[in-house]
Amino acid sequence: MSVAQTSPSILVKQPNSLTRRFSWTRAREQVIRLALFLCGALSLLTTAGIIVVLFNEAIYSFSGTAFFQTVSITDFLFDTVWAPQHPDKPRFGILPLLCGTFVIAGLGGVIGLPIGLASAIYLSEYAKPKMRRIVKPTLEILAGIPTVVYGYFALVFVTPYVLRPIFQTCLGINVDIFNALSAGIVVGVMIIPTVCSLSEDALRAVPRGLREAGYALGSTKYDVSLKVVVPAALSGILASFLLAIARAIGETMAVTIAAGQQPRLTLNPFRGMETMTAYIVNISLGDTEAGSMEYKSLYAVALSLFVITLSMNVLAQWVLKRFREVYE
Amino acid sequence: MTIMQSFSELMHQRQQRETVKRSRPVETETDVSKLEVSNLNFFYGEKQALFDVSMTVPERSVTAFIGPSGCGKSTFLRTLNRMNDIIEGTRLTGKVTLEGQDIYADDVDVVALRKRVGMVFQKSTPFPKSIFENVAYGPKIAGQRNQKELQGIVEQSLKRAALWEEVKDRMQDSALALSGGQQQRLCIARALATNPDVLLMDEPASALDPASTARIEDLIFELKQNYTIVIVTHNMQQAARISDWTAFFFQGYLIEKDRTQKLFTTPKKKQTEDYITGRFG
Repeated sequence: MSVAQTSPSILVKQPNSLTRRFSWTRAREQVIRLALFLCGALSLLTTAGIIVVLFNEAIYSFSGTAFFQTVSITDFLFDTVWAPQHPDKPRFGILPLLCGTFVIAGLGGVIGLPIGLASAIYLSEYAKPKMRRIVKPTLEILAGIPTVVYGYFALVFVTPYVLRPIFQTCLGINVDIFNALSAGIVVGVMIIPTVCSLSEDALRAVPRGLREAGYALGSTKYDVSLKVVVPAALSGILASFLLAIARAIGETMAVTIAAGQQPRLTLNPFRGMETMTAYIVNISLGDTEAGSMEYKSLYAVALSLFVITLSMNVLAQWVLKRFREVYE
Repeated sequence: MTIMQSFSELMHQRQQRETVKRSRPVETETDVSKLEVSNLNFFYGEKQALFDVSMTVPERSVTAFIGPSGCGKSTFLRTLNRMNDIIEGTRLTGKVTLEGQDIYADDVDVVALRKRVGMVFQKSTPFPKSIFENVAYGPKIAGQRNQKELQGIVEQSLKRAALWEEVKDRMQDSALALSGGQQQRLCIARALATNPDVLLMDEPASALDPASTARIEDLIFELKQNYTIVIVTHNMQQAARISDWTAFFFQGYLIEKDRTQKLFTTPKKKQTEDYITGRFG
């Protein structure tokens, strides 16, 4: 009240009406907004497009016959032979491909997850800042190596100079030149940076007070790291594991080169195997007739792979939420 | 001097409580020193945080550190169990002895020291584990595997921390589900489970509501019969209520340390008087 009385002059000229009118500023805002929305929508549309194509070729075709309209889903899931190229009686049992995928991803996990977590613990809890400055970029270089190089490395180095001398020469176990173990090893190395980087973030997010409480109770550094910090960061660590496994399952070039292209239902890691991704590479190479069953089987396999990695990602999200400890 | 009077009143209330709770009156207490600090200087990098501090902490008593924020009282507390060791770039000169043994000597096992000198922090820091596992943590890392022994230790520690009755039926629940005051008592129980002689408390009640604060203060009163307690507090009334000795820190210097009653009623130094009468800080 008193303000209005003591300051009679209005300094800023106010518009007479509140009705919205056209202005260039607002038009520019709208254009920017639209452009950004389109960029965001693009990735959504791509995903939707992929799902539609997979659905159309694999489950129910709008224009012809889809894969599962010819092959029963029971055969696909439970037949033990994958022989799409058989001239008379092609068989489409995905088990050998699933087996190859999971044996290699499993071996990769057994190798990559503990090493990745251990290096994350080292970087977050033990390493001096100077050491961290050297180790972290080095790990990131690992993540930057093209996967085809890893595959080649497995085929021309790991198998002949590591696996064969140890297992074939010393232990007398026959090692195929294409084998699941060499693929598993390089996949394991490949996922180390993923596990390490994500787990380290989770470990470093654990509040300092929790570490101090641990030390104050007479803990050694080892006790604090393993019994206080790791449990507190468990959700992040598990999520990093799941994402790494999803990456291992989706890995393509390295396993195609290292494990070979023979769909074989075995758990023997010294034999060659074919993963789902390797099969897709195989079919995509070009001499498959479009529209043939073989061609359609590609979509069925791709759909399976999509379902698996998607559920791994969803699971990772769930774990992250479910096991998250909230610290204010 | 109304503030002085209110402190005198506090003292009076306190003495009444003490005569109810304790058989021994305060004044005849024998002062066996537990911790002795001489000429302690402490540095964070280049910055000196403590200047030539010397002090003795008597056994089975409560010693309170008061002073404005940044006066070095927490830093000093943390030198008593070498918690500052885990901060990079800190340095210290002088001597701290626990029952005559220099805790900064080269051959001292820091892990063993921290088991004897427990610590409770300002923010309660329960581990993301069950209530039982939180209290059992210390004994477990010390190598206690016997489940029955562990249960005994956990029960006893929780009883001493006055939390047992509230949690005895839900020992497997997450400690994070407890209230703030309960979490802080859990942290005290966890510290007691390693069977320390000395308990350091860094503003243990500053984040709690008045009711929880009163419980913690009662607890400290109980605990001093068995433990030597050193407590940092912002709250002068709290120091007056619970401590036997009070030390006033200012800008990294120990200005004055005396029996709580004396320090609050007849301080020797001008700075102390100014601080406790609220003229600064």
